[in-house]
Amino acid sequence: MSAPGYTPDEIMTVTAARQLKDGAVCFVGIGLPSAACNLARLSHAPGLVLIYESGTVGVRPNVLPLSIGDGELADTATCIVPLPEIFAHYLQRGRVDVGFLGAAQIDRYGNLNSTVIGDYAHPAVRLPGAGGAPEIATYAREVLIIMKQSPRSFVARLDFRTSCGYLGGAGERAASGAPGAGPRAVITDFGMLRPHPQSEELELTGLYPGITAEAARRATGWPLRITSHIENLPPPEPQELAALRELEARTRAAHSRPIRIPL
Amino acid sequence: MPLLPLSEAIARHVHDGDSVALEGFTHLIPFAAGHEIIRQRRRGLHLIRMTPDLLYDQMIGMGCAARLTFSWGGNPGVGSLHRLRDAIEHEWPARLDLTEFTHAELALAYQAGASGMSCAVLPHHAATDLEKLARPSVRTLRCPFTERELTAVPAINPDVTILHAQQIDAAGNVLIRGIVGAAREAAMAARRVLVTVEERVGTLSAGMNAVVLPAWLIASASLVPGGAYPSYAQGCYPRDNRFYLGWDEIARERTAFSAWMERHVLGVPDHAAQLRLLGVAA
Repeated sequence: MSAPGYTPDEIMTVTAARQLKDGAVCFVGIGLPSAACNLARLSHAPGLVLIYESGTVGVRPNVLPLSIGDGELADTATCIVPLPEIFAHYLQRGRVDVGFLGAAQIDRYGNLNSTVIGDYAHPAVRLPGAGGAPEIATYAREVLIIMKQSPRSFVARLDFRTSCGYLGGAGERAASGAPGAGPRAVITDFGMLRPHPQSEELELTGLYPGITAEAARRATGWPLRITSHIENLPPPEPQELAALRELEARTRAAHSRPIRIPL
Repeated sequence: MPLLPLSEAIARHVHDGDSVALEGFTHLIPFAAGHEIIRQRRRGLHLIRMTPDLLYDQMIGMGCAARLTFSWGGNPGVGSLHRLRDAIEHEWPARLDLTEFTHAELALAYQAGASGMSCAVLPHHAATDLEKLARPSVRTLRCPFTERELTAVPAINPDVTILHAQQIDAAGNVLIRGIVGAAREAAMAARRVLVTVEERVGTLSAGMNAVVLPAWLIASASLVPGGAYPSYAQGCYPRDNRFYLGWDEIARERTAFSAWMERHVLGVPDHAAQLRLLGVAA
């Protein structure tokens, strides 16, 4: 088979972007989620309302921000609110449709770790920590997760639970009183995982062209269940790829521009 | 209000062992003030910041801190803060005690401090292992009206909060424009507020509902153009994302980090000299 005309990162970002409906209110994590959300806004979902945890609401950046608080976000925002407000009035009050997150580790119930690898008091790797993720995972009406799949990141047991997915599954999350419904999909560089309706265990529901279920299973640290009717996820359309590549080229140019400050 | 040279403001108001919040959420991070604290070799500080960012990576790596209160400690969009990690993972250059919150909790802790409360509350959810730590940073209680379980976050009242801002007027009132983060709450919670500003103007270019800190809340103000660099000041200069990307390599190893700090912070008299050395000054 000839090599596809796209990279694993590109099909992952395009597939993630397609999960966002036009007009939805989306709380955006930095990195892969930010690329997917802005691609959606620049392609099929021009009415997508993007919120970053810097308090910037309704942003329309022309380049991807490196941080969650670049000036590009402030310049293009409908409004900028203080930190206590973005979490209390927008997220906690239930005004966010979709939370879009990444993490270092995920377990079979979509719980996430972004705090430590190893023991908390003596970690092998200290990760950045919670940030806004625990509240996004709790309050957004639904959560999308984008992560590269490997046995180190898709683990049988989290070293630390920073943010909740379905907790122990089988309705435990809903019983805990968490307002949001939890992870709707996990988009990876192999395909897509979705929660089983009863057990809430993540199972493989979609694969990219040329990727086998066996390969996805090998990239997972728990015995990955595979749904009976696996979906063949379509490759990126030329216009989606073009929009993503142009966005990334504009971003690279902007991030390498030298800064001059008059003294 | 007379403007003080930054070196004098830090000498007078920041002492060994103080709790110090240099705030500004990605935007308006007071780098010049933090570097002056490093030059004056303050020790045993309790550093408080929602996002430690490169500035606290530098202050921790240079041995200023004994304790850190924070909610997200990475190089945004790039990866790890290597000096922060080295302090936690290997106690280099010294042991660092952590108090860790989520963003929502820490923003609220400042707000409680700013309001003269002992704590503030959020709805409680079984979301995170943070509350299962040996010394949890939050506690639970029951709402007396609804019986719902709530999370209580303790108030934070820094000895000193330091902010960077765009403008100060002749009377000493200070204007912040753009992303404000929890800067105002951190300032109102503090015992002393220091500011550095980009420019002094006759009248602030502020709308009616702008974020203005009245002069009488401020202990000391210093004129430091470029004082947020490599962070940014909306309307003055953008964030130097190239510097943030390059910091990953500089901070990865102790020797390269120490050499960079020796040359660019300890080896210069002030922030303007650092900007000239980095080729940023126009």
